[in-house]
Amino acid sequence: MIETYQADVAIVGAGGAGLRAAIAVAQAHPELRIALVSKVYPMRSHTVAAEGGAAAVTQAHDSLEAHFHDTVAGGDWLCEQDVVDYFVGQAHEEMVQMEHWGCPWSRTADGRANVRAFGGMKIERTWFAADKTGFHMLHTLFQTSIQFPSIRRFDEHFCVDLMVDEGRVQGVLAIDIASGSFTLIQAKAVVIATGGAGRVFRENTNGGIVTGDGMALAYRHGVPLRDMEFVQYHPTCMPGTGLLFTEACRGEGGFLLNKDGYRYLQDYGLGPATPEPRNKAMELGPRDRLSQAYWHEKQKGRTLPGPHGDVVQLDLRHLGEAKLRERLPQIYELAVEYLGVDPAKTPIPVLPAVHYTMGGIVADGRTASTLPGLFSAGECSSVGIHGANRLGSNSLTELLVFGKLAGLEAAAFAKAAPAGDIATLARLAEAASQRALAVAERRGGGERIATLRREMAQSMEDGCGIYRTAATMQSTCDKLAELKQRLKNVQLDDHSRGWNTEWLLAIELGYLLDVAQAMAHSALERRESRGSHQRLDGFEQRDDVNFLKHSLATYAGDDAPRIGYGPVKITSSAPGTRAYGAAGEQAEAERKAKETNHG
Amino acid sequence: MAESPKTIDVEVLRYRPEQESEPVWQRYTVPYTDDMSVLQALQQIKDDQDGSLSFRWSCRMAICGSCGMMVNGKPHLSCQTFLRDLLPGPVRIEALAHFPIERDLVVSVDGFVKKLEGIKPYIIPKEPRTLAQGEYRQTPAQLEQFEQFSGCINCMLCYSACPQFGLDPSFAGPGVLALLHRYNADSRDGGQALRMEVLGSTEGVWNCTAVGYCSEVCPKGVDPANAVNQNKVNSAKDYFLRFLSPRGSKS
Repeated sequence: MIETYQADVAIVGAGGAGLRAAIAVAQAHPELRIALVSKVYPMRSHTVAAEGGAAAVTQAHDSLEAHFHDTVAGGDWLCEQDVVDYFVGQAHEEMVQMEHWGCPWSRTADGRANVRAFGGMKIERTWFAADKTGFHMLHTLFQTSIQFPSIRRFDEHFCVDLMVDEGRVQGVLAIDIASGSFTLIQAKAVVIATGGAGRVFRENTNGGIVTGDGMALAYRHGVPLRDMEFVQYHPTCMPGTGLLFTEACRGEGGFLLNKDGYRYLQDYGLGPATPEPRNKAMELGPRDRLSQAYWHEKQKGRTLPGPHGDVVQLDLRHLGEAKLRERLPQIYELAVEYLGVDPAKTPIPVLPAVHYTMGGIVADGRTASTLPGLFSAGECSSVGIHGANRLGSNSLTELLVFGKLAGLEAAAFAKAAPAGDIATLARLAEAASQRALAVAERRGGGERIATLRREMAQSMEDGCGIYRTAATMQSTCDKLAELKQRLKNVQLDDHSRGWNTEWLLAIELGYLLDVAQAMAHSALERRESRGSHQRLDGFEQRDDVNFLKHSLATYAGDDAPRIGYGPVKITSSAPGTRAYGAAGEQAEAERKAKETNHG
Repeated sequence: MAESPKTIDVEVLRYRPEQESEPVWQRYTVPYTDDMSVLQALQQIKDDQDGSLSFRWSCRMAICGSCGMMVNGKPHLSCQTFLRDLLPGPVRIEALAHFPIERDLVVSVDGFVKKLEGIKPYIIPKEPRTLAQGEYRQTPAQLEQFEQFSGCINCMLCYSACPQFGLDPSFAGPGVLALLHRYNADSRDGGQALRMEVLGSTEGVWNCTAVGYCSEVCPKGVDPANAVNQNKVNSAKDYFLRFLSPRGSKS
């Protein structure tokens, strides 16, 4: 027996984007019934782990144009420029809205919201709440959402399928984790806000829940995943676990040192090395460049050996204990408790780990996908602002700007949509529930979930890491095809219904493998280097003639995904040289001079 | 020849209502390294030994609040508790005390969330402001008034530490009262009077017997005991003030 709930708008995922979407609908259309579905309680969502801050033009000497240009150049010109325009224009109002809702932003002495420097950003514009910005944003949004009676939460409900009938999405089917029973949530519009898919890689900063669920759900219903080859390695993570040491460590003035205590970034076009931090230079360069520099240092033998791989050193000693405790308290705690390192006295050993999926569910500038009624926001979405490399602190702002927009667009769609055919939806739900149950009831296959997951994660790291070649990517593609077959032979130890987390892990593994395939095949087909996608096999340069376009991976069942391409929207910024440090300043001056000359 | 890995025994209080009528201890032997957390030991068990063991976890870095459990009789976040500090073992792991067990290490969170929802944990503006007016001014000193209490990750360890909550599950409890104080102490907020009903009720601050163990187990230094005690003062003031300004009269 499948329980049914009738909603107008269903939102899958209750992290920053999902909560912001729900509040937007509740405020603008109190008459609409909102179902907010999450596999965890909202405050467990991975937004909670974001540390550094959220970008919005704030200071008088900053400009929307500068934020736009940093973002587009940071994305190696693979951004949708009209969408970036909208994004930078909405950012500040969303920060203020969060402030009115109680977010404990760090303050200047006169009581205004403070801003800090961040990688790839020309002017300090990153709003922050110490180094727990995502935590505070998530709790603020969750607590704020409580005052809206039209938001009905389905906490610890695990989404297994979208209900698609008459060519449009009309709801979702979810497992109530505590009981193992199914709930059909009918809705006239659905927003997917399920976050990223970093768990497809071995060493990653992500929580265990970040398994690409929403991406896979949309993908299996024919919605292309866009730009999936662009996966961000964050340069400063904890060896072994991949836990994150925020970019704000460098925003506050931290150094990156190789084994000789040398600030090696100056050797990779990011210098000169000044003692005071300079925006868009050295340690405040973009994440793709910094992770690539680590890789080269390792090739040159200038990293330090460690029990979990070679490391470089994140040196915060010169900031002093007082500043570290004020600005980076969580980093301090992580270093001391997890590594036994006091960052006021000893540099922290770090290495790059997978952090963020730039690509995702294809979305137009208003968050709509190609499937009528389906919208997306946040990391699961490819609305087009990150291009080939995201700048730090743009993603928390994205949750707000596009979470709100997705909510409003979904509400408008829901109001105009006719009621669905309930009997058909019930039949679809029944069939989907049987498919989900079949995963748990399989006997005799002998494959263990963890074995397959480890092989997948290792293969993605080997084949689709910081630098890639056709041979390594092809072998990852082959491995993923093999694992998808072996997934059919997974056998569970647990055959109960209530709180059967092994069952959910098996379903998640299916999501992970589908998303991994989209990443690996999109990567293999992109025969150039751009942003976070860097090749070593004859395609070391950016190729705007052939690849200034978005990849689109389309699901093909047991077969490899089909990879197609779509145009990139260029408005005011023609693709140029992406430069940082002194070279970047010179390029910037030339660009400005050119603009002045042209009036 | 490779050294055989070090192992540690981990005893888990299992409870699967579909299989067992009451909880039973189960022992696992886990290979470990010095940097491994209790959570990683549980993950090793689930991945390689027994997929039927159920527990919540996500962030691995003590911020999502999912993985609270009793470790050797004390409430801990399992991701932030290291095997190296529990040698030679065995390590005994149970579901968080004072909560109904749903299965294995999974407790019911619903009661806690309902309490949290009941205290109006959001800004009720003292002086409404439009977005166009920009942010409220709040000095670092004003921020400091409530910042500590905004750090609660809802992990519920303090509830397992609270003897009063153990006796009376209707007690709002340390975490929720700290959150209530967080909003009351925020310079932007004017909702204190509306929240007083919870605060002064039998479920509120007066239920606290000032044991202080809640603050001791808090993994984020929130110090709920301090919040509760500050509110005893507020609640007492409110009690006396109500004689001067009867509740229900609009000022």
